[in-house]
Amino acid sequence: MVRKNELEGVNKEVYKTDWQWQEGEYTVTRTNMWTAPGCHNGCSVLYYSKDGKVEKVEGDPLSPYNQGRLCMRCLDYAETANHPDRLKYPLKRAGERGENKWERISWDEAYDIIVEQVRAIQRDFGPESIVSMQGTGRNICWQTPYLSYSAFGSPNFVLGFLSGDACYLPRTTIGHCFMGDFMVADISQHLERRMEDPEYVLPEYLLIVGNNPLISNGDGFFGHWVVDAMKEGTKLITLDPSCTWLASKSEHWLRVRPGTDAAVILAMLNVIINEDLYDHDFVENWCDGFEELKERVQEYPPAKAAEIAWITPEEIIEAARAFAKGNPSAIQWGLKVDQTVCGIPLAHGLLSMAAICGDIDVPGGCMIPRCAYDISDSYGCGLWNVPEDMMMKMLGVETSPLHALGFDPTANGDTVLQAIETDEPYPIKMLFIQSTNPIANMAADAPRVYRAMRKVPFNVVVDVFMTPTAVACADVVLPCGMSSERNSGRVWWWPLRSIVKVSDYYECKSDEQIILELGKRLNPDLFPWKDDIELMTWWVQSGNRFHAGWPAKTDETFQELVEKVIDWPEDWAYRKYEKGMLRDDGEPGFNTNTGKCELYLTLFEAWGFDPLPYYEEPPESPYSTPELVKEYPLVLTTGARTWEYFHSEERQVPRLRESHPDPLTDLHPELAAEIGVREGDWVWVENMRGKCKQRVRLNASLHPKVVRSEHGWWFPEQEAAEPNLYGVFDSNINNLTVQGVTGPTLYGAPYANQICKVYPVTPENDCSPSEIVTSKGGF
Amino acid sequence: MATKYGLLIDYEWCTGCHSCETACKVELDLKTGDFGIKLFAEGPKLYPNGKYEYLYLPVPTSLCNLCEERVAAGKLPTCVHHCQSACMSYGPVEELAKKAAGKPKTALFVPR
Ligand code: SF4
Ligand code: SF4
Ligand code: SF4
Repeated sequence: MVRKNELEGVNKEVYKTDWQWQEGEYTVTRTNMWTAPGCHNGCSVLYYSKDGKVEKVEGDPLSPYNQGRLCMRCLDYAETANHPDRLKYPLKRAGERGENKWERISWDEAYDIIVEQVRAIQRDFGPESIVSMQGTGRNICWQTPYLSYSAFGSPNFVLGFLSGDACYLPRTTIGHCFMGDFMVADISQHLERRMEDPEYVLPEYLLIVGNNPLISNGDGFFGHWVVDAMKEGTKLITLDPSCTWLASKSEHWLRVRPGTDAAVILAMLNVIINEDLYDHDFVENWCDGFEELKERVQEYPPAKAAEIAWITPEEIIEAARAFAKGNPSAIQWGLKVDQTVCGIPLAHGLLSMAAICGDIDVPGGCMIPRCAYDISDSYGCGLWNVPEDMMMKMLGVETSPLHALGFDPTANGDTVLQAIETDEPYPIKMLFIQSTNPIANMAADAPRVYRAMRKVPFNVVVDVFMTPTAVACADVVLPCGMSSERNSGRVWWWPLRSIVKVSDYYECKSDEQIILELGKRLNPDLFPWKDDIELMTWWVQSGNRFHAGWPAKTDETFQELVEKVIDWPEDWAYRKYEKGMLRDDGEPGFNTNTGKCELYLTLFEAWGFDPLPYYEEPPESPYSTPELVKEYPLVLTTGARTWEYFHSEERQVPRLRESHPDPLTDLHPELAAEIGVREGDWVWVENMRGKCKQRVRLNASLHPKVVRSEHGWWFPEQEAAEPNLYGVFDSNINNLTVQGVTGPTLYGAPYANQICKVYPVTPENDCSPSEIVTSKGGF
Repeated sequence: MATKYGLLIDYEWCTGCHSCETACKVELDLKTGDFGIKLFAEGPKLYPNGKYEYLYLPVPTSLCNLCEERVAAGKLPTCVHHCQSACMSYGPVEELAKKAAGKPKTALFVPR
């Protein structure tokens, strides 16, 4: 069955173009889903609700975005949304932190407590002592920043203790230095008629690096679009340490050692340049620094890169030729690009490859996206409300010119951690933790972050369920609504989609309501909106704050969007650099100093960073730490996604947990035999910093020295109070990862390229890592 | 004899996403442990041709009623509707058998 645009085949008697209708006892609402559940997509759904309760969720077959398809998490939405364990009321801590004792309070009381604390901190220490944070892929990307910048008055908004800001930000930042924009693989997702649009061209080759898009759906990319393209004939080149389903279907699967992708990409550039396979026209007209790049890649012959990455030179050469031959070729890059200390140069290498092969912003290539109507969708939302002198106090500005010059609107996670621990350059007195559960997920060296969060005098957690983070350190907990309980929107990247409220759960409020009500109390001038609907109309119309030209903003209201459900702006275009759409001055070219794709980064040269892509060995590896490797001989990669869970979410949802009850570590059968374990056995995964236990899954496609462990595990069914703390450190792979080890730009951290040893859990050596961390002073 | 209906799975494209399983459990309101359709996996495994194979195949159980209520209401079976790879079809067995004859790696199920 071919999925191009099958909307003609849909039964219009049943599936209507209205945004709401009655079907028997159900009200059916056509809208889109985003948070909770967390996700990087925002698929189009039909809510079947009755008496203010969502009973069933289905995919909207009339949506060109997901064409009726849904993953497990949205299909099982009703079970999560109506879960009896959800937070129902605002809570105030009654016992000590960690005791899980709470007192129910009203929203007014909760806001009063927060306002009093904020005012006192602003007065005694300055607004910068308040840090706001959020988890990835939650629909608070602009809401929490706006609250931080406009209500707290603090420039310190961060991702929850993500070392090296190692998720997406390295790629966006280097994208901005390289060409003023980001790139995404074009599977026709910005065209309403999808692959049937006459302008669309299918990628001949798709290079998949640093992600398994089918499961991760990163960067607003519905992973199964890759399958749609494969059915039409797109071939794959995949870099992955494990043979994923996509890798198994790839013409070229390169089983790279975790953390060495940059060496492979540089060697591919070497082949493409030395064999003269690049696009001379594009290089001449639209690239700057080709000679310097050519010289640099001579340092990376395929034989050398192959030795580094534990593959063969032929594999690299063939993959490079295939990519260069593809007309067009596209790159689907993901999180693991960011999760090495050379995340920035790896991303730079990938951008360079897309550019010299002439694939930038062509149909079916690496298109340049911006949010529809240029809506202020991201971490910079409200930054214009922070005074200049306060901006200079943003944590990370002193140490990183990229932060100082606003290439990245967030503070730096590692610097925030140090500030909490040392009170330098100033003390941190409050954390506003919105939909993030850092000690279960995201924070490298989770035990260290646990101790740091406990040191902060006042913490607020906003979430859907009680979490280990909330039990460990929150003083006030606010219950927030799931997707069907909020009026909101989705725009990453294109088209603009409505999110409509159709249900309530006890006293939960939406994130929009929470920031608005809190903002009105703290700084009413910057929160002039009557309600969430007015706030959302402002958001829909908030375009052209950061770009003067494309895309043009809209004057549409939220209510109009609700009725449209999905809104495709008319100004999508390819080859925008030829058309003067990318630069604020309206001239053709890219939005950089030179107006070109900067293979040689002029800004990096000015700042004293290496202006060309390079490879750096992971700081702990068989080659960089041979002494340590005697004790920890294996290479550990972490964070492979699962169908059932979005990071630390959903472990309490029966149908999802049934499908994936335990944390899994993949071992090669030889390695398993060597240490005497079988599929399903519990093993310790351990290194210099700590250990955790997970269950063995045999994976014959791994290199025998590579181990692959899951992340995000805690056990909502277990005792919440310390010392157990929902068992959050028992299977926590971030007991082994490290904080504060990043690339020179402060971007990129080695989450996915650690070293470890693995051995069986036995009655003699079994213990509770959670107890060790919470009550015995740590590993 | 009345026309028989079945499910055709083009398992060349089944990614193992479990959406069919979950959709079915929601539709039939099944409790933990029960499945109307259950996913099986083989691989990743190296074959003599030097290539890895990674196969998934969902199998309908006796609880599958071919979504009779939905079909009567003019809808597709929910597993077919939601399959992320769009590799499932529903129809008269004879038509599906013709499709299967022209497509390697297909499985035709006649659950009842
Ligand atoms: S990818 Fe899954 S969780 Fe995300 S919006 Fe789509 S169906 Fe929902
Ligand atoms: S046809 Fe319906 S009942 Fe049968 S497996 Fe699919 S979803 Fe389940
Ligand atoms: S929904 Fe489709 S792709 Fe997913 S497991 Fe079932 S048959 Fe396979």
